[in-house]
Amino acid sequence: MQVPLSWYLVVAAALFCIGLYGVLSRRNAIGILMGVELMLNAVNVNLIAFWRYVEVVQASVAGQVFAIIVITVAAAEAAVGLALIIAIYRSRRTVDVTEADQLKL
Amino acid sequence: MSVQHVVFIILSAIALIGALGVVLNRRLFRSALFLVVSFVGVAGFYILLEAELLAMIQLLVYVGAIAILIIFAIMLSRQAMAADDKVLNEQWVLGGLAAVVLCAFLIYILTRVNWPVVEAAVPANSIQRLGESLVNPNGFVLPFEVASVLLLVALVGAVIIAREK
Amino acid sequence: MDYVLNLWVRLATDVYQLFLGWGLPEWGAKLIIDFIIILILVILGVLAVIVLTPMERKVIARMQDRPGPNRAWPYGLSQAFADAIKMLTKEMILPRHADRLIYTAAPILIVIPALMIYAVLPFGPQAADAELKLGATNLNVGVLYFVALGSVASIAILMAGWGSNNKFALLGAFRVVNQLLAYEVPMILSLLAVVVLTGTMATQRIVEVQSIPYLIVMPIAALTFLASAMAELNRSPFDLLEAESELVAGYQVEYGGMKFAMFYIAEYVNILSTSILFSALFLGGYKFFGLEKVAPVLAPFIVLGKAVSVFFFMLWIRGTFPRIRLDQLVGLAWKFLVPLSLVNLVLAALVVKLSANNWVQAGLLLLGNLITVAVTFLIMSLVERRAKSGGSVVMSEAQNLTPAAER
Repeated sequence: MQVPLSWYLVVAAALFCIGLYGVLSRRNAIGILMGVELMLNAVNVNLIAFWRYVEVVQASVAGQVFAIIVITVAAAEAAVGLALIIAIYRSRRTVDVTEADQLKL
Repeated sequence: MSVQHVVFIILSAIALIGALGVVLNRRLFRSALFLVVSFVGVAGFYILLEAELLAMIQLLVYVGAIAILIIFAIMLSRQAMAADDKVLNEQWVLGGLAAVVLCAFLIYILTRVNWPVVEAAVPANSIQRLGESLVNPNGFVLPFEVASVLLLVALVGAVIIAREK
Repeated sequence: MDYVLNLWVRLATDVYQLFLGWGLPEWGAKLIIDFIIILILVILGVLAVIVLTPMERKVIARMQDRPGPNRAWPYGLSQAFADAIKMLTKEMILPRHADRLIYTAAPILIVIPALMIYAVLPFGPQAADAELKLGATNLNVGVLYFVALGSVASIAILMAGWGSNNKFALLGAFRVVNQLLAYEVPMILSLLAVVVLTGTMATQRIVEVQSIPYLIVMPIAALTFLASAMAELNRSPFDLLEAESELVAGYQVEYGGMKFAMFYIAEYVNILSTSILFSALFLGGYKFFGLEKVAPVLAPFIVLGKAVSVFFFMLWIRGTFPRIRLDQLVGLAWKFLVPLSLVNLVLAALVVKLSANNWVQAGLLLLGNLITVAVTFLIMSLVERRAKSGGSVVMSEAQNLTPAAER
């Protein structure tokens, strides 16, 4: 426990913001999805850091359970998101989000 | 500057450089590979935080499944394996500004709060506790079951959406 | 005499004391010893290639009634060196318009997880004093570590397929990753049955707890794991992708010389580590009727002996069965192995709850496994019979798996 907790939180915040930049500024839908995965990873790092530094003394595993559920949700969301992207690619031949601006297929 | 500090700095360099590679790279396949690098760095963080089960789950699920899924999607949506010419959309300046401001803000706050850190050792049977809490009615059985239903729904949904008509 | 019997542990302790005597701090001495152990394990991995390659070719040749390689001295046993020299002298090419970084990094990245698995393999019993044991580490999640690293290799394969700038390499990579992902699930489920029975994921502890080898207690789990491991290793009869007569060499088609040698090395390193893991989980690891308590120095050799016999079994299967097609292969995983290993897992969980006595558990599990095998045969014969009499479309899958002569 020699590394202070704030270091972990700072790294997680940096990861989150890099992911946020990826989501906000990329054109490719898969690139946006990768940014979202980075953000979820940052959240997980935060959760586990807090579990280790604050919660372990209470003999509780809530932090790890939360992180496992977040990983599960990330997997489900990546699967459905990529299925959507492939479906859009099939009908429009593009995965550029700036070109997917019509409701008509 | 103990060993833990050095390891932490190396791991955060891996994770952050991987993340930067994801969002700044022009070629999408290289972004996916940098994403894998970032995942491995985060798995290293979990090992440093003495949550080995979660590190292995991270490697197994993120690197072994989600990253492969992303790479498959990249390969299935490329035409003639050409590199894209436009990577950023019109609002990239504002997006970058928002990310930088948020990062500065978060770092400012996170380094100034007095966190209620408690020094304690991780119990030796933490994996057994984790397993028991996931099926304990007073524990986390409800999120566990809901996550299973979520996975089933996502599985069925992904198959239906991506099916050839 | 006692020194020789406990040779490895005594040697390690003496070297440790030697380093301390030279004035190194404790953590420094420990670090150096850890590096030496890592070096030994890596050399073991490379030794796997040198020993297993000529063994495979000679054994399969004998099964096919031919002499096998016999030019490299002596009697063809140094064939690996001949292969290495040949591959070192080949030209290093780079396909046109290929992504140089990805093309070069893929063979390197495929060897790394293969070698990392050796860290959790148990090579000997825990010494009576302190934490000295034979093996690199006793990770709490050893079994999961093995599965996680197996799935990391898929990324390197996709990199190889993409970096070759060759549509056929890409297709080959897709198919290999399809096969790998399909067989991860039965592998995890059969390993989970072992973990449920033992109560821990640490490989060292699983070997310690096995009073009866789990091959006899849970043959379904053992055979499912063996089948899944053979599919993960791309061994026959699941080796459609490296079948030299079909698809050229799949995702390795643009690789030549030392880069191809890296894929080759990774495969054999993986084979040895999987064999050692199989013998640790299902055959009793370093135990040999109490020999390892009397002479712990022999424990690594017992482990290697069991691993080589598992490898011989794999060669036996390679020399006997023809290859199966990719869709039959993936169908076998999802439609046959997954339900079977699920039933086994439920059975193991039930038996662990029913009684705590080792022998009663073993007996009940063996009975349950035999009943499951009988029921499975019954179901499959029913399915075949219905398919032969021109049944519904659903049953035609069984026709795909039966040999053409019986249809």
